[in-house]
Amino acid sequence: MIRSHVLICGGTGCTSSHSDEIRGALENEIAAKGLAEEIKVVQTGCFGLCALGPIMIVYPEGTFYHSVTVEDVPEIVEEHLLKGRPVSRIVYHEKGDTDVKHATSLSETAFYKKQLRVALRNCGVINPENIEEYIGVDGYQALAKVLTEMTPEQVIDTILASGLRGRGGAGFPTGRKWQMARTLVPDADQKFVCCNADEGDPGAFMDRSILEGDPHAVLEAMAIAGYAIGSNQGYIYVRAEYPIAIKRLEIAIAQAKEYGLLGDNIFGTGFSFDVKLRFGAGAFVCGEETALMTSIEGNRGEPRPRPPFPAVKGLFGKPTILNNVETYANIPQIILKGADWFSSMGTETSKGTKVFALGGKIQNTGLVEVPMGTTLREVVYDIGGGIPNGKAFKAAQTGGPSGGCITAENLDTPIDYENLMRIGSMMGSGGLIVMDEDSCMVDIARFFLEFTVDESCGKCTPCRVGTKRMLEILDKIIAGNGTLEDIDRLEELANYVKSASLCGLGQTAPNPVLSTLRYFRDEYVAHVVDKKCPAGVCKNLLRYVIDPDKCRGCTLCARKCPVGAISGAVKEPHKIDSAKCVKCGVCMTTCRFGAISKQ
Amino acid sequence: MISLAELAAIRDKMKDKVGVREGSAETRVVVGMATCGIAAGARPVLNAFVEGVNKEGLSDKVTVTQTGCIGICQYEPVVEIFEDGKEKTTYVKLTAEKVERIVKEHLLGGKIVEEYTIGANR
Repeated sequence: MIRSHVLICGGTGCTSSHSDEIRGALENEIAAKGLAEEIKVVQTGCFGLCALGPIMIVYPEGTFYHSVTVEDVPEIVEEHLLKGRPVSRIVYHEKGDTDVKHATSLSETAFYKKQLRVALRNCGVINPENIEEYIGVDGYQALAKVLTEMTPEQVIDTILASGLRGRGGAGFPTGRKWQMARTLVPDADQKFVCCNADEGDPGAFMDRSILEGDPHAVLEAMAIAGYAIGSNQGYIYVRAEYPIAIKRLEIAIAQAKEYGLLGDNIFGTGFSFDVKLRFGAGAFVCGEETALMTSIEGNRGEPRPRPPFPAVKGLFGKPTILNNVETYANIPQIILKGADWFSSMGTETSKGTKVFALGGKIQNTGLVEVPMGTTLREVVYDIGGGIPNGKAFKAAQTGGPSGGCITAENLDTPIDYENLMRIGSMMGSGGLIVMDEDSCMVDIARFFLEFTVDESCGKCTPCRVGTKRMLEILDKIIAGNGTLEDIDRLEELANYVKSASLCGLGQTAPNPVLSTLRYFRDEYVAHVVDKKCPAGVCKNLLRYVIDPDKCRGCTLCARKCPVGAISGAVKEPHKIDSAKCVKCGVCMTTCRFGAISKQ
Repeated sequence: MISLAELAAIRDKMKDKVGVREGSAETRVVVGMATCGIAAGARPVLNAFVEGVNKEGLSDKVTVTQTGCIGICQYEPVVEIFEDGKEKTTYVKLTAEKVERIVKEHLLGGKIVEEYTIGANR
C-alpha cells in the first residue's frame, strides 16, 4: 500500500539541473531501504518556482524541498521517508522565517498563496506521462459531458458566456472565434482545430510548462473545440526546441488513442477526433496565425493578408480555429465548472486568470498564475519576492518584443487586456521581465528590436527595412553619436512601421521603442545631449575615473587592468587612459578603497 | 473504445491515489518513526493505518504520516491522532491488530479506543 508520494519536477528548468538523475537515485535508494511498496516516486510538470529548482515535494505532509542534489537523496530517504524527520537544511524557508525547524509546505508559501491556478492546475500535481492520473483529477470528464449532454451550440455559448479571451497575445474572444468557424462556411467538407505552441517571446515559457505538465488538458480541449466547430482533425504546432514537451505530447496522444479518448467514435457517440504534431523550426513569425498555417502546409512560414480570416479560409484553405496552449488549458475547467464560475474571476472585460513568466531582476524567477486584475505590485513584490540586492524597481516589460513597459507609477494598475493597452504595453503571451535601476531603457529597446530584425520574415518592406533602419538609429544613439533629430526620426519611423506592416510581428515590433520613448524619453535625451548613459550600461558612453583623493596608489588596479590603461607611481594617485580603456569594470571591483567610479 | 462508465471507474480508482497530494485532510494520523519506534515495530503499524484508511474509504478525510521521536520511547510504537477541533489522542504500544480496531472504532466510528491510549497504559 502506498502511503507517501514523492513528486519531482520534470519540467525543462529542473531537468537541466539534473532532476532526472535525482529521480533515479531516489528510486534506487527507496528500493534499497525496502520502501518500494510504500513510497511512490512521481515525475510531474513544472511547479513554477523555477529559481529554486530542482524541486521535490513529499506528500501527504506537503514538505517542499528545493535545490535538491543527488547527494541529498540518501539523507532524504533515511531521515524523512523512513523516520519522518524532514531534512530542514533543504526545506524551503520563507524569507524572514528564522525558525529553521519550520518546514514550510508548498501551499503556505507567499509565492503560492496569492496564486489562483486554473491553467496550471495540474502542473506539479500529476504525472503527465500517465493518462490515468489525469483521469483521476477529472480528466476527460469535460469531453464526456460535451459529447453526451451538450450540443455544439451550447458548447460555444458556454465559452462565449465565460468571457475567455485568447491567451496568446491579442485577446480575441475564444467563443466568437469558434462561433465564426462553426457558422461562416456552412457547407465546408473539412475543418481544422489548431493549437499554437510556437511560444517565441523571449522570457515566456508558460505554454511549454503546460505541455510538459498537463498535455492531456490541451488534447481534451482540442477535441471539445473539434466537436464545437465540426472538425475531426487537430494539429499542434510546437517548436522543435521543446523536446520534453514534444515527448510528453507524443506519449499523451498515444495513450489517449489507446484509451479511445482520441480516434474514431469517442464514447460511442459517433464523434471522431485525431491530433497530429507539427514541429516549428524556431522562426518567431510562425507564431503569427497565417504564417503558422502556411508552415503546417509545408511552405515557408510567411504571413498572408487577412481577410480572409482563418475561420473562413485557414489551413489547407479550410475553415480553421487556432488557439494558444494556455487558452485550451482553461477549456475543460470552464465546461466542468460552468461559465459563471470562470467569469466570476477577473475584471469587467478580462475574465479568468493569466499565467505570467517572471524573469529578469526578480527574486522568484518562475511561473505564476493570478486572477486578471491583480496589480503588478502584487505580482512583483508579494509573489515574486521583489527585486534582489535591495535595488529599486524601474519597469517591467510585458508582451516581449511586441509589448512595452510598465513603470513604477503604474505598479498599482490592475492588469488586464485593456489597462495594459492603455498604458502602451500589451498582455502578450505573459512574459514579464522585471528591470531595476541598473537597466538602460535604450539598451532594452535595442535588445527587443534586434530580436525582431532577426526574426522579420522579409515579406513586407515596412517590417524588413523599417525595423533595420530603426535599429541603426538606436545603435547610433548608444554609440554616443546620436542627435535630438535622431530621436524624432526614430519615433516617426516607428509609427510608420506600426501602421504599414503586414502582420502582427511588424505591427508590434516598434512597441518597445515607442513605449520606452513614452516613459523614458529623458534617458534617450541623456544619451544624445549629455552623451551619458544614466544606468551605466552603454559602454561607449561610460568613463571610469579614479578619485585622486581616495586613491592610495596601491597599484592593484594597474596590475589587474587587462589592457594596461592605468598608470601611476606607487603611493601616488593613478589615472585611467580613456582611449585605451575597454570598460570591463575590473578595476572598479578590485579597488579596496572605493576610489574608482563609473561616469 | 472506452465507455463513460469505464472512464468514471478509472477516475474513482485514481482519485484516492492522486488525492494524497492534496494534503488537506481533517484528521491526521501521525506515527512515531524514529529509531526507537521502528525497532518496536512502527513500520507494520504505519502500513496497517495506510491500508485500513484506504480500505474504509477514508482517504479524503484522513492523512497518515510519520514523525520523529515523540519522546516516550518505552511506549513505542506511539501514534497520535489529530482531529479538527478536538484534543489529540495518543495511542501507545500499538500493533497491526490493534490498528484495525482503531480504524474501525475511532476513525470510522468516532469513538476513542480507551484501552490503547496512553492514559490506560501508564
